[in-house]
Amino acid sequence: MDQLLPEVAVDTVKVLRRIGCAVEFPEDQTCCGQPALNTGYWGDARPCAEHFVRVFKNADFVVCPSGSCVSVIRLFYPELLAHSLLREDAAALASRTFEFSEFLVKVAAVTQVGATFPHSVTYHASCHGLRELKLRDEPLQLLRQVDGLKLIEMVRSEECCGFGGTFAVKFADISAAMGTSKAESVAATGAEFVTATDPSCLMHLQGILGKRDATTRTIYLASILAQDGLAQKSSAQERP
Amino acid sequence: MSQTAAQRFLQDAAVKSADLMHREIIRRGMESYDVAHLKGRARIKDWEAAREKCQEIKREAINHLDRYLLQFEEKVIARGGHVFWAANSEEACTYVKNLATRLGVRTVVKSKSMVTEEIQLSPVLEKAGIKVWETDLGEFIVQLREEPPYHIVTPAMHLNRGQIAKLFREKLDPGIESDDPADLMAAARRILRQAFFAAEMGISGANFLVADAGVIAISTNEGNGRLCTSVPRIHVVVSGIEKVIPRLEDLAVLWPVLATSGTGQGITTYGTLIGGPRRPGEVDGAEEFHVVLVDNGRSQLLADAEQREVLHCIRCGACLNICPVFRHVGGHTYGTTYPGPIGSVLTPHLNGIKEFKHLSYASSLCGACSSVCPVKIDLAHHLLQNRRNATEAGATKESERLIFRVWRYAMLRPRMYALGGWLVRKALRIIYGLGLAGSILDPMRVWNRYRSPVPLPSESFRARWRKGLDAN
Repeated sequence: MDQLLPEVAVDTVKVLRRIGCAVEFPEDQTCCGQPALNTGYWGDARPCAEHFVRVFKNADFVVCPSGSCVSVIRLFYPELLAHSLLREDAAALASRTFEFSEFLVKVAAVTQVGATFPHSVTYHASCHGLRELKLRDEPLQLLRQVDGLKLIEMVRSEECCGFGGTFAVKFADISAAMGTSKAESVAATGAEFVTATDPSCLMHLQGILGKRDATTRTIYLASILAQDGLAQKSSAQERP
Repeated sequence: MSQTAAQRFLQDAAVKSADLMHREIIRRGMESYDVAHLKGRARIKDWEAAREKCQEIKREAINHLDRYLLQFEEKVIARGGHVFWAANSEEACTYVKNLATRLGVRTVVKSKSMVTEEIQLSPVLEKAGIKVWETDLGEFIVQLREEPPYHIVTPAMHLNRGQIAKLFREKLDPGIESDDPADLMAAARRILRQAFFAAEMGISGANFLVADAGVIAISTNEGNGRLCTSVPRIHVVVSGIEKVIPRLEDLAVLWPVLATSGTGQGITTYGTLIGGPRRPGEVDGAEEFHVVLVDNGRSQLLADAEQREVLHCIRCGACLNICPVFRHVGGHTYGTTYPGPIGSVLTPHLNGIKEFKHLSYASSLCGACSSVCPVKIDLAHHLLQNRRNATEAGATKESERLIFRVWRYAMLRPRMYALGGWLVRKALRIIYGLGLAGSILDPMRVWNRYRSPVPLPSESFRARWRKGLDAN
């Protein structure tokens, strides 16, 4: 996010501020440890997780624009840090850590953020937000409140886009085939944009769509919600 | 030079995932399954409660496997049946082969059973000069093709009727003209009928071993299961030890849940309970009844408290059907008896983590499998634990271990991480600027083979934050 998709974080901050949150960005933060955790290197993931807990320990809430990272913190830290001295801090922190749409709808109880986005959009249900965090309707509630936005449902919206972190490289053929199936579902909607709760899915999809010269572009949920109708510049993800 | 299982998997996966005809056949099959499955689930008043109940039953059974298996054995023996405990494939196959030879068996009919695939029983019998007929239509088809089942419930789902008609013409009867499913079925039936009545031995699996009643429970749809278990003189049941359940009444929920998850049916066409050989006065049933209980690595898994629940599996196939990896690479690519998520979790335990760890990595960890499993096995979580076990056993590549050591070093030092990120973006921009994306000099070439390059913003978020975004 920080390195590859800064726009996503910028828009997340923008929306959070608009609904009245004071946003801090602790500059000592790095990564929650997911890449190592998911590749089996728990010994390397553990100190990263501890670093994360130390950095964020004092926050009222931690809001993360990725369902996948949040599920690591909420569901996997307890197991990863079972024998760590920071075990209890991690558990307390997990209960205050939320995915972006989850935070808006469930914690801040806001679905109308005053966004305008006069485009057709289709929604991909990112796996970890959907199945680990059980966020099925929250992102859609937010999208339905966006002025001018036309939501088009895609077939198999809950099927994985094929990213899967190191899976995308270790098993590139399978990952790309899955991405292609997803891109076909996206294309069939004819929507201008595809959005999701995980920027990594969108990064993968953008890559697949880009290779196919597809017209649909990816845009992260917060980047839609950040559009207040006044901005001239679209903050849809830049194409490299 | 012989390939490793991992190399073979990668090669076959590349071929299959690019095979659009294969993808179309599987997608169509899975889509009709999806519809039936959802409809079936809607028939059960509270699907989640049913899953929880099934999980509870299986947990009780697995946690007291010793007690329930002995109870089952005692009942079967009391009715005149025989029970053989096989520690591994070899013991199981040898027992069945010796039994068949001793009793002069020349023809065997089999109903569908995955554990007999696991222990590779048919080749052993055939080597002893015994003719083995698979009688489940799908199994019959893949047997004719001399290939393993593609899927644990629907073994021939990768074939369309045209392919099956051609196969039948070549192997059964050149006179078969139509590719109408009813005609093809009739052709298979004509041949299999003869086999049923010629066979001296029928071999079946068991969906459940019911401890308190001492019976095996089989769910089938084609009626072949009943013929296999009642027409031949000898009936041999081969079952994994994990199939035991405590009580007959547990079937009240397990049977419909298995049928719903397997095919979307409320209940399968035939539900058969058998507890021993034919008794005086009974009109049918085998004269000899043998149960072979197969361990073959299962008790080792039982000893693993973290992953023991993998033994809860009732082999319904739901995790295969929903798995996007399975849908793209297909069943044969796995190169294992059990494909799909359950196979990727189980095989490293049964056949070795070093040789089969790649299967636990061949998943995007999307979690769809965990969400459909009718006995609530958290398959995605077990894939992750297998990965952890693989790295801890030193089974991963040295280069990868090094990458993660470097990664960790940087992640614990925010400045180094920021500098590293900047350098990587800068380097990639230069490489791509020179038009070298995808070339040997591009560290992202594997990514770029199928995707356009990732975005490389000139500034990271933290840089922008420092430049004024930080004012609330």
